[in-house]
Amino acid sequence: MNHPTPPALAVTGATKRFGAVLALDGVDLAVHHGEVLALLGDNGAGKSTLIGCLSGVHKLDGGAIHMDGEPVEITSPTTARAHGIETVYQDLALFDNLDPAANFYAGREVAGPRWLPRGLRYMRRGAMAGVTAEVLSRLQVGIPDTRASVGLMSGGQRQAIAVARAATFASRVVILDEPTAALGVRESRRVLELIRRLRDEGRAIIVISHAMDHVIEMADRAMIMRRGRKVGEVIPHADNRERIVSLIVGGDG
Amino acid sequence: MADTDNVLAARRPPWRFDAPQLALTTIRIGPGLMLVAVVIAAASLSPVFLTPRNIGNVLSQSAVIAVLALAQLLVIITRGIDLSVGSTLALSAVVGALVFSSTPSGPLVVLAMLATGALVGAVNGTVFVWGRLPHPFIVTLATLSIARGLALWLSGGQPLQGMPQIVRDIGGGSLGWFPYSGFLVAGLALLGLLLTTRLVWGRWIYAVGGNPDGARRAAVPVNRVVISVYVLSGLAAGIGAVITSGRLNGGSPTFGELAELDTIAAVVIGGASFLGGRGTIANALVGALMIGVIRNGMNLLNVDAFLQPIVIGAVIVLAVELDVVRGRVEQRLRVMKAAQT
Repeated sequence: MNHPTPPALAVTGATKRFGAVLALDGVDLAVHHGEVLALLGDNGAGKSTLIGCLSGVHKLDGGAIHMDGEPVEITSPTTARAHGIETVYQDLALFDNLDPAANFYAGREVAGPRWLPRGLRYMRRGAMAGVTAEVLSRLQVGIPDTRASVGLMSGGQRQAIAVARAATFASRVVILDEPTAALGVRESRRVLELIRRLRDEGRAIIVISHAMDHVIEMADRAMIMRRGRKVGEVIPHADNRERIVSLIVGGDG
Repeated sequence: MADTDNVLAARRPPWRFDAPQLALTTIRIGPGLMLVAVVIAAASLSPVFLTPRNIGNVLSQSAVIAVLALAQLLVIITRGIDLSVGSTLALSAVVGALVFSSTPSGPLVVLAMLATGALVGAVNGTVFVWGRLPHPFIVTLATLSIARGLALWLSGGQPLQGMPQIVRDIGGGSLGWFPYSGFLVAGLALLGLLLTTRLVWGRWIYAVGGNPDGARRAAVPVNRVVISVYVLSGLAAGIGAVITSGRLNGGSPTFGELAELDTIAAVVIGGASFLGGRGTIANALVGALMIGVIRNGMNLLNVDAFLQPIVIGAVIVLAVELDVVRGRVEQRLRVMKAAQT
């Protein structure tokens, strides 16, 4: 594929060290608007560390990050968000005791007046519920009652809410960590459709997944990591499945 | 306007008879129903119970537990607990009495009591958060001991007589039969309602209680939120000190003994969960009133005073059991809803 515009997110020479362990060793990654990039690799390959550096949980020791061609620094979850990057963690980070709207806006409540300290502002609950209902219906997330607490919903609905929350606030990049790992066949299907819709809305999407069928189905490109390095990049297809697997486990292993 | 219709349909499902949903709603307002039942029982057993004078009594006797329970609720919502409130109340009252012995200024005495309470709360919260303690049980247990010890030491173990007029009014005055302390509780409850349901901070305490890690990742200032609930709990102990020492016209190091257990009982009877993230101001108030009504009713009926703790204990078990049933019904509801989609 030829892209006239710079990638939504580009990482060059990413390096991260935890004590004596070199978790990332000069990794390059680029993902464009309207593209789904699958990040593959065995346990300990460095996927989670790389994702952590993009979502602000970790800080890169070396390397550069560009967004839409502009150099940026990601030092905390807040700065990642400010750059339009949202992450759906494997544990979803949902608040089971709160309804979808409260989950969407946790930590970024719509409230005023502005001259008050953030915690003392009066919430605009109607506005938050309105946007939430609008997003859930636009992304065709089937939630029977959007005022019920998230803890009362099924695994697929919870996953969908977490993804929809990320989509609402991610102007540029959505990162998904194992979005279908805990789901049944039908629920996985819904989440895959949801990811496709986000892509069609022009977001850049990075997905970590071990489910090869899902990768082949949703990803435009797959990047394979092993021992902190990037070892390959392929366009996933049923025909090169074997090659991807051998890249993941390593030719010598 | 098909889109708007869709949005509305998504928000509010068409009403139909829904047995588990109905059961859930009933259980959720369960504490309120229990209070109504207890009031009806007390009223039918004793002709005195519903007289204005006695209702005034119930309110003024429940006021301190209610104030402490409102704040304990905030602490418990964040998965915490504050065991020190009774001792903090005593310390605040003693400090207030000492201040009164050197200045007649009513506002200064009140301020001293509130500040003492808030300070103890700030110590609780700060030590818990910055000491990275696994659970606030330990730090507030330590404060329970320290604050009581300070109160005894500062007072020489003796009750200190005398409180300024304003304090005596707050603790013992009334408008007709309605005690001023009742108005104070109502005002604080409204404030609590505003905090917990309308302000961002309230959303944060539920978020912290529901998923502390998630809250941290969502950029909720978790540490500040946690410290703030302990400060408010300490402040509530200061307010409790004003009411108690006003009613008894003095400050004593023995004030508030076992008050922490009453407040926790009230919050639990009100359906809050120790697992955090759940509980409402209205139900905490209901829990405090329930304890007050049961005690008052048993006094009116000349029930042996030694039996009262047993009855309160039984009510706690009943309330917690109700919460367990609620959890089961919610679980069933979830399975049913998942099957529908």
